[in-house]
Amino acid sequence: MELKPLFYLSIFLFSLGLYGALSRRNALGILIALELIFNSANLNFGIFSKVWANPLGVMTIIFGIALTAAELVLGFAIVILLFRLRKTSNADEVSILKG
Amino acid sequence: MDLGIFAFIAWWAPFISFLIIGIFTRRYGKLSAVLSITAIGVSLILSILILLNINELKSPVLKEIVWLPYGTEKGIASKNSIFFGLFLDNLSAIMLFIVALVAFSVQVYSIGYMGEEKPPSLGRYYAYHSLFAFSMIGLTLSKNILEMFVFWELVGVCSYLLIGFYYYKPEAARAALKAFWITKLGDVGFITGILVLYFQFGNLDIYELINNPELLKGTGILGSLILLLLFCGAVGKSAQFPLHIWLPDAMEGPTPVSALIHAATMVAAGVYMVSRLFPIFSEFKEVMFVIALLGSFTAFFSATMALVQEDIKRVLAYSTISQLGYMMAGLGAGSLFAGFFHLFTHAYFKALLFLGAGAAIHAVHSNSIWDMGGLFKKAPITAITFGIATLALAGIPPFAGFFSKEEILFATYAYQNKIPFILLLITVFLTAFYMGRAYTVAFLGKPRNERAEHAHDPDLSMKFSLVLLAIFSIFAGFYAEKISHLLNYLAEHKLHDHAGGINLTFLSLSFALIGLFSSYYIYAKAPQFTENVKKRFSFVYTTIKRRYYIDDIFEGIYRKILLGLSVFSGWWDRHIVDGLVNWVIYTTGRIGRTLRVIQTGVIQDYLFYIVLGSIVLIVIILRGF
Repeated sequence: MELKPLFYLSIFLFSLGLYGALSRRNALGILIALELIFNSANLNFGIFSKVWANPLGVMTIIFGIALTAAELVLGFAIVILLFRLRKTSNADEVSILKG
Repeated sequence: MDLGIFAFIAWWAPFISFLIIGIFTRRYGKLSAVLSITAIGVSLILSILILLNINELKSPVLKEIVWLPYGTEKGIASKNSIFFGLFLDNLSAIMLFIVALVAFSVQVYSIGYMGEEKPPSLGRYYAYHSLFAFSMIGLTLSKNILEMFVFWELVGVCSYLLIGFYYYKPEAARAALKAFWITKLGDVGFITGILVLYFQFGNLDIYELINNPELLKGTGILGSLILLLLFCGAVGKSAQFPLHIWLPDAMEGPTPVSALIHAATMVAAGVYMVSRLFPIFSEFKEVMFVIALLGSFTAFFSATMALVQEDIKRVLAYSTISQLGYMMAGLGAGSLFAGFFHLFTHAYFKALLFLGAGAAIHAVHSNSIWDMGGLFKKAPITAITFGIATLALAGIPPFAGFFSKEEILFATYAYQNKIPFILLLITVFLTAFYMGRAYTVAFLGKPRNERAEHAHDPDLSMKFSLVLLAIFSIFAGFYAEKISHLLNYLAEHKLHDHAGGINLTFLSLSFALIGLFSSYYIYAKAPQFTENVKKRFSFVYTTIKRRYYIDDIFEGIYRKILLGLSVFSGWWDRHIVDGLVNWVIYTTGRIGRTLRVIQTGVIQDYLFYIVLGSIVLIVIILRGF
């Protein structure tokens, strides 16, 4: 099986995620964009698992998905709290750490 | 019969009573008094039983448990460990008896003397007394120098607490602190000596040290240094020159406390320590010379100050310092027996003097001898017992002080350097003179005021103690031979040959009698004489009255040097140390203010920087640096 397109897909996903994370205003959007980056990384694990015929990569994907889910729970919890406190979910409006 | 068990119970009974009083009964004064006296009574009975069976102490009773382990050898703690133990031999058995007897009579006496105290206050008083008895007996029976040091400090704490018993009186609080700090000055030397001893020999066991004096002897100058440092502790505790200044001030405490702690037992701890380690001390001639010289000088020096005191307790306080100097001189002259025997007799008659003074103070409500007078007719038992003790202190036969003082004079006479002997001989005269003065002014003649007019003998408990101690003040001297025999195993001592030394006895006795009679004549018959002397020699009088300005010197050291150092340290701390810290803070702040502009607080900016940084890193890595 030709694997090269899959790499391109991975690169595309990563770039898309990075762009989203940097350009979206809404914190939820940023989190979704981060999800794309995670998926591109997971995809790479899958590809290399295939290349070296090693199931470890696939196992790592399962772990990765679980970790991502947990991380998202935290992220959404923060966003909800942020919304309660500041009545906004836009990342650029929250700059209390400004020096 | 196991004498070790007896000694053990005698030691810990007061501690149990201290715990009970401290935890449960301190609000009930009388009950606390009964408990405390019961405990010390048990100690007294056991110590008498030990003395009665002293022949069984041919070999000392040694018991110990590991206190601070230092490695093991075949499962048992190694020799370098520090043990907590009990060391009962003839010397400590006699000392145990002295402590128990005086503590017992003073505690009984206190029922009457402190009877007007509020119950909680009385409970506190007896709690301290029990703690003191426990600590003092512990000091007596210590098997280890470090253990001895612990009890040494404990008696110091009790002394502090009891001097400051009337803590609401500023001068009492001040005197308590002064006593504590000045003795600590000596204790610094003591603990340093202990540390050097331990690190040089790895052993602090008294029994082993005194049985192997050559161990230290081999080290020459280092051994002398260790012993001098240990002696520093004795100088502080036994109020030797120049650390004697705390003892007169300690008279702010209740009079029974002065009798017990500041006359008979605690201040004798320094003398006891030197006696305990005597086999080692006697190996070092130069250290012994220092002890003899310092002791005899202290004896002479403080006797002169006793001449001009008006407070009866202060006369006795200076007299105590003087007599402690005698003991030290006796030890320094190479006679364990002379020094220790004087400790033995002095404990009774000096405690008796203080208790008698307490009874007189109780009767006239004033400490000054010029407020008393004529007490002989009003309070005969007080006057007679005080008189017995006065004669004992002055060294008139057959009272106890005569025998022990003779021993010391003979010991110093046989000593190669004659200075101590001459100083002590003059002191015999001075002692007799100031005691004659105090007795004449306070007890003879006519009452000087209304209070003295209505003075009367104290109640039963106080009378009991006075008579008990008076009996010992009369008869203790006759045990010279017995005690000399008992101490032979520590240091050989031959009782002096009375036939050969008759001239010396005659000399000292005549000095004492001249002192007594001249003071009686001057103060009873020729009162204007003292005024003339005061005027003629006003410089000398003022110097002595101001205690040779030694207190002022200490005060000056405190004010100028210590406070000056504090002021300098304060300046240094505020300007140099704080300045450095402030500079660091300021600089950090400056840097922070400069760099803060790059912090926008927007999370996506940080993400952007991360990506940018990663790209830069990747480029660098791919290009191979």
